[in-house]
Amino acid sequence: MTTLTKEAGAPVPSDAGAFLSVRDLHVSFRTEDGMVRAVDGLSFDLERGKTLGIVGESGSGKSVTNLTILGLHNPKFTTVEGEILLEGRELTTAREHELEKLRGNKVAMIFQDPLTALSPYYTVGRQIAEPFMKHTGASKKAAWDRAVEMLGKVGIPNPKERAKDYPHQFSGGMRQRAMIAMALVCDPDLLIADEPTTALDVTVQAQILDLLKDLQQEFGSAIIFITHDLGVIADMADDIMVMYAGGAIERGTTNEVLRSPQHPYTWGLLNSMPRLDSDLAAPLAPIPGAPPSLLNPPSGCRFHPRCTFQDRVGGTRCTDERPLLAPDRASACHLTAEQKRTIFIEEIKPSLG
Amino acid sequence: MLRFLFRRILGSLVILVLLTVVAFLLFFGMPRDPALLMCGKTCTPDALANIHHTLGLDKSIPEQFWIFLSGLVTGRDDFAQGPCPAPCFGYSYHTNEQVWSTLMDRLPLTLSLAAGATVVFLFVGLGTGLLAAWKRGTLVDKSFTAGSMVLSSMQIYFLGPLALAILVYQTHIFDEPDYTPLTDNPAAWFTGLIIPWAVLSTIFAAQYTRMARSSMIEQLQEEHVRTARAKGMSGRYVFFRYAWRGSLIPIITILGIDLSSLLGGAIITEYTFGLPGLGRLAVESVQFSDLPLLLGVMLFAAAVILLCNIVVDACYAFIDPRVRLS
Repeated sequence: MTTLTKEAGAPVPSDAGAFLSVRDLHVSFRTEDGMVRAVDGLSFDLERGKTLGIVGESGSGKSVTNLTILGLHNPKFTTVEGEILLEGRELTTAREHELEKLRGNKVAMIFQDPLTALSPYYTVGRQIAEPFMKHTGASKKAAWDRAVEMLGKVGIPNPKERAKDYPHQFSGGMRQRAMIAMALVCDPDLLIADEPTTALDVTVQAQILDLLKDLQQEFGSAIIFITHDLGVIADMADDIMVMYAGGAIERGTTNEVLRSPQHPYTWGLLNSMPRLDSDLAAPLAPIPGAPPSLLNPPSGCRFHPRCTFQDRVGGTRCTDERPLLAPDRASACHLTAEQKRTIFIEEIKPSLG
Repeated sequence: MLRFLFRRILGSLVILVLLTVVAFLLFFGMPRDPALLMCGKTCTPDALANIHHTLGLDKSIPEQFWIFLSGLVTGRDDFAQGPCPAPCFGYSYHTNEQVWSTLMDRLPLTLSLAAGATVVFLFVGLGTGLLAAWKRGTLVDKSFTAGSMVLSSMQIYFLGPLALAILVYQTHIFDEPDYTPLTDNPAAWFTGLIIPWAVLSTIFAAQYTRMARSSMIEQLQEEHVRTARAKGMSGRYVFFRYAWRGSLIPIITILGIDLSSLLGGAIITEYTFGLPGLGRLAVESVQFSDLPLLLGVMLFAAAVILLCNIVVDACYAFIDPRVRLS
């Protein structure tokens, strides 16, 4: 069972554009206090086999976006507008049983805390075997063997025996490995990793990241990697999208976004990241203010109440007009390209060390 | 698991002995002499002393206690009424019957009442609770929730006579509740107990509806349940395999408590429907200061409670592997 299970010769729509394409996505929740606009006009594309890093503070809409891709939001309280196209297939209007066939099969997800994300009541092997049985119709025995094989692949020693263990008998890092095995058991085309290393020790973190990269090479899955840790993303992603208050505010290749960021918020993120090689006495520079309420988001540019560069734009554009993200290398900010370049080189970069 | 059971049973026995001590002391602490009750109006000091002697009340309390305890294990033949095989709780002061055989006479009714009601309230209560959780927020959910609120605030002494008035005295659909042993006539056993079962389980079922609903809704929000959905398991599978499994723990906890109190005697139900079960026996034994009977009923109820606790703990281990290992 080392061959990967997938319909043989599945058509690859190379001309249909991106593998996953999100267009003008709006997700809002109805709450007692009013409508929470968790995702507000988000668009992005992801190509097969590539890794997209999504960065942002808590509440920026990263996780909601990805739960919406899988249809895991509560439809009763959630309104979804816009398009999510997976290989040209619209997911926002797909029926539940169609999504069920997709979940864990074509699109799989890894969650942040592997202790709470694995069921305490069933063995690790069974939890890995379940989606395999469901999606491939394999027998119980074959699915169990596959689960053992997957546990071996993610580097769990003695997988035959460990498959019979329950999650609480695994260490944190091992649980996340088991979670990854579960996500990859049906060889998905898209893997959504929602802060997969946040709950882990730093040393274990590095192992898990390496594992994910190795497995991506082997399985050829595209990955959406959600994190708030820029250090992790530099290591993992081909492209980066920075999210703020439900929208993308900067997008580009990893190199571009980290070497020459163009949005004041991204500058703030970089500035607030501690570095070992910088002057230890120099204080970290957090972004002033708090993330905005999504019940009642700020007018114009969502970032303007916290932005220290507003006066460089002049006038009331920042408070009145919402800056848009241009199709490719871009940031949603009213500063001119020239201003962004000079501000970053002259004012931001020196303090990054 | 075996060691666990052994330890728990041993512990329970210790608790039972302690309970007996406490009950003994309390009884003798009472400013009331059971011999006086038996002696009647024309009581002389001689007659009283005579009764004291036949009841063994002239011995010291520790001595009486020791005789009682050893009687439980080996049986006794120092009673005027005749021999008393183990487990010997003595003879009732009031009826002069053997306590143990009185208990065993009353037990089948209590057992039937508890078992029948449990089957019905579990089936109905959990069924409606699950349905309400599955259809959360819909009219079905709201009407079940509202209905269970109303029913769980009912009392047996209200619903019982109401049911009797309507179903028995007005419409004559059913006969008056009466106990026929299951082995004598299963049909009569069933029809005789159907109203008590219905009334008892109406009140209990409402509790279980609410509990099943709320713990299911809580479980459905667990992250591991979301993971199960994220790997493509169907809504029904996730509901029954993942969420239901976790909801069982609080339900079994409450079930253990309810069952043990039902098996110890549903006092109000038995009085309401005029059924002679363990509950009535308990009340009667208190009324007549009938120490042997009181001790018997109390120890029996305590043993049932302890047994239920052991069973519940064993169930926990069965449901949740995390309990199993520690």
